[in-house]
Formats: sequence, C-alpha cells, structure tokens
Amino acid sequence: MAQLTANQDPKTRHGGGESVNPPGGSTLARLAGIGILLLGVVAAFLYLGGWFSPQKLTPGRFVDEFQRVDGTFSGFRRNHAKGVCVRGFFDSNGQGTRLSRAVVFRAGRVPVIGRFSIGGGDPYAGDALSDVRGLGLQFSLSDGEQWRTAMVNLPVFPFKDAQAFYDNLVASQPDPATHQPDPAKGAAFLASHPETARALGIIKSHAPSSGFDNSTFYGLNAFRFTNADGTVTPVRWALVPVQPYEAGSAAEGSQDKNFLFDGLIASILQHPLQWHLILTVGQPGDPTNDATIPWPEGRETVDVGTLTLDSVESEETSPARDVNFDPLVLPVGIAPSDDPLLSARSAIYSQSFTRRAGEKKLPSAITPAEVQK
Amino acid sequence: MSANMTTERTQFNGLMRVLHWLMAAMVLTMLGIGVAMVASLGDYHTLVSIHRPLGIAILILVVIRLLTRLSSSLPPFPATMSQQERLAAHGSEVLLYTLLFVEPLVGWGMLSAARFPIVLFGSVHLFPILPHSVMVYAFLRQAHTILAYLFFLAFIAHFGAILFHTLIVRDGMLGRMVPWRVRAR
Repeated sequence: MAQLTANQDPKTRHGGGESVNPPGGSTLARLAGIGILLLGVVAAFLYLGGWFSPQKLTPGRFVDEFQRVDGTFSGFRRNHAKGVCVRGFFDSNGQGTRLSRAVVFRAGRVPVIGRFSIGGGDPYAGDALSDVRGLGLQFSLSDGEQWRTAMVNLPVFPFKDAQAFYDNLVASQPDPATHQPDPAKGAAFLASHPETARALGIIKSHAPSSGFDNSTFYGLNAFRFTNADGTVTPVRWALVPVQPYEAGSAAEGSQDKNFLFDGLIASILQHPLQWHLILTVGQPGDPTNDATIPWPEGRETVDVGTLTLDSVESEETSPARDVNFDPLVLPVGIAPSDDPLLSARSAIYSQSFTRRAGEKKLPSAITPAEVQK
Repeated sequence: MSANMTTERTQFNGLMRVLHWLMAAMVLTMLGIGVAMVASLGDYHTLVSIHRPLGIAILILVVIRLLTRLSSSLPPFPATMSQQERLAAHGSEVLLYTLLFVEPLVGWGMLSAARFPIVLFGSVHLFPILPHSVMVYAFLRQAHTILAYLFFLAFIAHFGAILFHTLIVRDGMLGRMVPWRVRAR
C-alpha cells in the first residue's frame, strides 16, 4: 500500500485517500458517481435507439404493419411483393444536362434493369385493373454511379408522410370476423386526412390503362436537380409510354389471375417496350414536400430520352429480385427534395430488404416457365 | 531501448494520444448515429449519409493507429495494477482494436454483398469487397448490429475502468493518454 500512496498526487496524499483512511463516504460517493455516469451513457444510447419511445413510428414497426395486413411471405418484398423483372437501356438525348449534371443525362446509352410489380404484400394475389402498378429501375452509369427509382402509375401519392401511410394501413387491416377492412375506419381516416381524399379524387380521374406496357409511371416525389452551373431546380419525373393508351376492361381479370403480368410478357416478347422520360420543371412556390399535391398545369416539361425494355424474366432468375429500389440511390446532380416521404421510403425499403434478404426464397407467382410461353 | 532506460515514457506518444481522442469521438458518434438511424424515418437518409464515410474514416485511422502502436514504445502500466488487471487491460485493448477494424469492414462487406452503392461523398464510391449474395448481406447486417452492441459494452467497460483508476485508485493512469503533456512523476 505504501507504493500506492507514492503514486498518488500530493493533494490526495494530504487529503487522506483510501490508503490512509478506510474506504469512507467520499470513496463511496465517487463510486456512486461513476455508476451514475455509466448508467447515464447507457441511457443516452438507449434513448437514441428509441428504446424509451415504444409508440414512435420506426421502419421496423412500419414493415410489421405491412406484414399484419398481408401476411409474411418468405423472401418477398413486404410491399409490391408480386413482380416480374425486365432488362433494357436508356438512351439519353442530352436535353437533361440543362437541368442536371448527372452522368445519366449526357447523350448516350445506359444499361437498365427493372421490375414491374403490383402493390400489396401478397406475392400470389390475383391481378386487378385497379391495383397500384409499380416500376422499379436501376440505371448503371458509366462512372460507376447508380440511379435507382421506384415509380407507380398514380399521378400523385395518396399519403403525405409515412405516418399517414401507416395510419391508413392500420385502418385497412381486415377485421378478423369478416376478413374485410372496416369501412367505418377507412371513412374516419379520410375525414382526418383531407389531402388523401383530394389525392384519391385526382387518382380516380385517371382511368387505369389495359396493362403495364401502356401505363404512365410517376416518380411522385420532387427532387432537386443541379446542373453544371450550379443552378438548382425542383423536378418531378414520369415515364410516358410510347405504346398507345387503351382503357382496361373489367372482364380481363376473370380469365387469368396474372393477366397484367402475362399481358406484359406477351407484349415485350412481341416488340421492345418504350417510354419517354419526361422531366417536369417546378417553379418557385410549387410544393416539393408533399407528394399528394400535383404541380399546376402548364409547367415546362423536358423529354430527356427513351427507356427501352426488351427482355423479361422471372424474379427467380433475375438480379433485379435482389435490388432494393431505394429512391435515394441517386447520382450526383440529383438530390432529394425536402419531402419527408423520401427518407422514410429509403428507411422502410431498407428494412424490407434486410428482412427478405436472409429468408428462403419461395417461388415467384410469375415462374420462369410463365415468362417463356 | 537504451534511450528508454534513462527517460522511460510516462505517456503514449503524441500521435497515439491524438488518434485515441479523435477516434473515441468518432466511435461514440458512430454508435449513436447507428442506433438512431435504424429507428429513424425522417432522419434516416441524413444519418446514413454520415455513417458510411465516417466508418471508412475510422478504418483508415485504425490502420495508422495500429502501425503507430506497433512501432512506438509504450508507457508502463501503473504499479497499482495486478497481473490479472494487466491481462484484462491488454485483452480489452486487443478487443477494441479488433472491433475498430472489423466493424467498418463488416459494414463495407455487407453493402458489397448487397451490391448497394457505397457512396462516400459526391460521386466517390468504394468498390465491393465481397461477391453479390443477399444471404451474405443478411448475415453481415446482423453481425454489424451485434458487433456494435459489443463495441458499446467494451466502451462502457473501458470508460468504467479508467474512471475507477482515476477517481478511486487515483494512480494517474489517465495521464498516460491525456492530450496534454504530463511530466514524469
């Protein structure tokens, strides 16, 4: 113990450290202080992780809700579970460079893989004309960057943020007795979310086309485009089909459970399918943080190139099955807007991807044989 | 060695001390960002955009730190420490160095296996270090979380031990690592 004393600073030697006095009040107080400090650090860590706010909406709780509504299907996306994969390329005409310095907009060709899907968590659900149709794309740029986007055939999104989307999921949960959603809950949701009611009105005024091949797909959220001069412009984009619009007929669904996908396969096997990538240029004051609100009519549009999809394959053989079409995988020149939905989508897609990645992959409804016929 | 016989080190060398405190701040930031971002919707993108380059910065710094650690002489343990305590201190040092290497590599590896772009800043991104496999991604993603919690526990043990030495044993152990110069006792 003498050695210990020698190692201490002069203050403690005179003040009577534990080597002089038996462990007394001050040592205990210091021990307690250490304990409180360590507990405080642990508590701060747990607080950051949301352990003290079990009601807070997290990506995990959001995806849990998808699973409660539609069930869990091993290896499948938790939403837009049913799909088929495609390949092709994007021919940029160079017009986009005016708005963005992204490499994808320089004149030239960029390889693309993608996936058509319908909304909902059941990968074996029957197709319906009114289903939300999705198109996820991954552009592989020449400098090694990627651009990923997940689009749907709705001109506006029905929910302004993740909380509203989640609350609607909760409201649309099937009643255990009737196996149907409770209409009263749906009505209550709409009453408290007028922006959703407005958006649904706009969506209903766009009658769905007959198939994937003649659907327009919308990027929904606004993005910030930056060009070589550093000028920043709010932009929304859409893929407008070259294939002529045909109104869907309700009779189709009764024949074939997969009529939307089979129609796409038949169409792409006949000839490559094409869409124009149309950028809509926002004006100051146009809302960039609310995907439920369309921009005013007459906004300038720029046709920046043509997407060609010329081959189709089952998810089971395509690399696109394992792509997370995270809308925030963006090349330099495209950046997220202030829309809160974007970060939430990124977080939730990642959660869904992580869950399905480690699961056994069940066969897809659209099998490799189905794609060949 | 002969020079060290006359003036034995009382502190880690300057570079080691700077790296220690810099990396301590970075690691705590990373642990906080990591645990917050997986529970976050609105801030997820911002947090993950910081998390990736900061993790790679830690990986680069730990290489420099290990090389410095292996090539410089070290201050001795205080005489207050028993053989077992010295063994435990050495073990925790090995564990912390291992985690400083492994945790960023697991993060880089999992994004590689998922073929998710590993963007550092602007268009600067890292090459993948593993073949494309979502199963490998899923395994490493889970490992990343478990290792992060282990890292946090190792930090708490390390922090607790130095607080104990500084406030209870009072053997001046902290002086070996403080950023300023401490004279030989």
